[in-house]
Amino acid sequence: MFTTKSGEQIFVIDGHVALWDASPANQRNRHGEEFINCFYNYHKISPKEYYWPREKFEKYDEADLMKDLFEDGYVDMAIFQPAYLGEFYKDGFGNLKRNWALTQKHPDRLIANGWWDPRNGEMGLVQLEKEAEMYKLKGVKLYTADWNGNSKGYKLSDPWAQRYLDKCVELGIKNIHVHKGPTILPLNRDAFDVADVDDAASSFPDLNFIVEHVGLPRLDDFCWIATQEPNVYAGLAVASALIHTRRRYFLEIITELLYWLGADRILFGSDYAIWQPKWIIEQFMDLELPEDLVAEANHTLTMEIKKKIMAENCARLYDIDIAKQCVRLGLPAVAEPAGKDLSVGVG
Amino acid sequence: MMNQSHRLDEVWAALGTVTDPEIDESVTVLEFVSSMAVDANNAVSIEFRLPTYWCAPNFAFLMASDMRDAVAELDWVNGVAVKLLDHFSAELINRGVALKQEFRDAFPGETDDDLQLIRQKFLGKAFERRQELLMRYLLGVGQKPEWMAQASMKELMGLSLDSEGMRLRTLYIFAWRRLHPSWGEEDLVFVMLNGVPLDPTQLSSYLRKVAGVRRNAEFNGLICRSLLAERKAETRVARRDDKHALNERRTSL
Repeated sequence: MFTTKSGEQIFVIDGHVALWDASPANQRNRHGEEFINCFYNYHKISPKEYYWPREKFEKYDEADLMKDLFEDGYVDMAIFQPAYLGEFYKDGFGNLKRNWALTQKHPDRLIANGWWDPRNGEMGLVQLEKEAEMYKLKGVKLYTADWNGNSKGYKLSDPWAQRYLDKCVELGIKNIHVHKGPTILPLNRDAFDVADVDDAASSFPDLNFIVEHVGLPRLDDFCWIATQEPNVYAGLAVASALIHTRRRYFLEIITELLYWLGADRILFGSDYAIWQPKWIIEQFMDLELPEDLVAEANHTLTMEIKKKIMAENCARLYDIDIAKQCVRLGLPAVAEPAGKDLSVGVG
Repeated sequence: MMNQSHRLDEVWAALGTVTDPEIDESVTVLEFVSSMAVDANNAVSIEFRLPTYWCAPNFAFLMASDMRDAVAELDWVNGVAVKLLDHFSAELINRGVALKQEFRDAFPGETDDDLQLIRQKFLGKAFERRQELLMRYLLGVGQKPEWMAQASMKELMGLSLDSEGMRLRTLYIFAWRRLHPSWGEEDLVFVMLNGVPLDPTQLSSYLRKVAGVRRNAEFNGLICRSLLAERKAETRVARRDDKHALNERRTSL
């Protein structure tokens, strides 16, 4: 829980965390080494006192995660968003079994999402059914840039992806978190295209599509899609980490999201362990929109809105009753969630 | 007769005209070029690194080909070798650029088109980004939306501006000319990307739209710079004992 300056208790759900193993022993090839290299360089936009040594960053343990999120990091609940990356890591970068093992030890704290890859065809569909039952899946993380054999990525509009989305509807997996960031193929197109989310969201109105990293660096395309499709949400992972070195830029992102999507479709995520939730949350809770951006956002960044972003919006998608959860976790009661945001720019 | 350092200056200036299409800044300002050398026969060799091993190969290929072509235009140059270092597709890219291949031939089976479309698309983004910055600047110094919607290239050139204004104008005009090579001095200078004139009463919503283009480029730029800074720090440590590398660095900037 985060306690505001006025003493109010704020419930926090971190919508994007990982327990990865990128150690040399698990690296399949140079790609595995370079992948974690890239993450480690992203890590360095943290405040210096939060830097981890390289070795710990490659592989940390359950106790680190529990401490960083729930003891030090103000987080009350967190959701695993695994990236498998089987072409780079022998036993996967994110691994459902490891995530599930920790989730079972702390069922009131953690939710373990799954993943699928449409290029795995029929076999993958069978696997998804099994995992949905085994891990009680409510959501999946799709890493559309993942390599698989000769393929260097896929799109949600691919026919097989549609079959997997059908299967999600059937299995009650209603939260589809889509990583949108640098994909490598197709090589002759703009590699950050988010248009496939548009197709999927209108074909599957019963599923929620949470676009992680708010589609950066295609924020404008993402906002456009999100205004058209009411079941598209903004996941703040990655964007939120810019708050330290590029505060004004982060404020501009929040401004655009508030204007186009309103306050009810923005979800907090730290992207732990690239970044620690502690400093991100401290800085976010302290944030104010300057006057020029208030006019552009058509909103002020009130405590009500911050509470929506920090937990209430995510709780709605995952059927989490925050009041009951507070009782279960032995936390003080929190105020009732505010009503719907009615001041959305368009639509 | 031109000496070695003059030649390197000219190579450097030529490389300065090559931009990263996504970030719309030059490869020299972004510090991608890690070394350059001119040998006794006036053959130029250039090495460059991108911020990560994972940078999109299409952009890497574009930049490498543009560097090759920009340097080859210098009249004394007798061959250019461009080498991308530490990239997952370095081998394919370096071979393709050396053989002056089209992108689709360098990556057989992975793409069905060359890079002309993507080059054009990012030229359009550069145009919008530079236009927004210039227009906001002009509004700030008192120009009216009505004037901008009707101004010709000649009239824009006739404005007396301070150094910041001149810098923004030069950048914008460069993109305007590349996008509309057949347009002349009397043509409208502020138009939408598709050539349609601006409506002065709708200027603020238009600027909001093109600000999105700038914001995306800024995101790429800031991620790119922080990754590059880290990558350089690593290289310094890794190469400390490497005599060959030190000699090579003496010729670099």
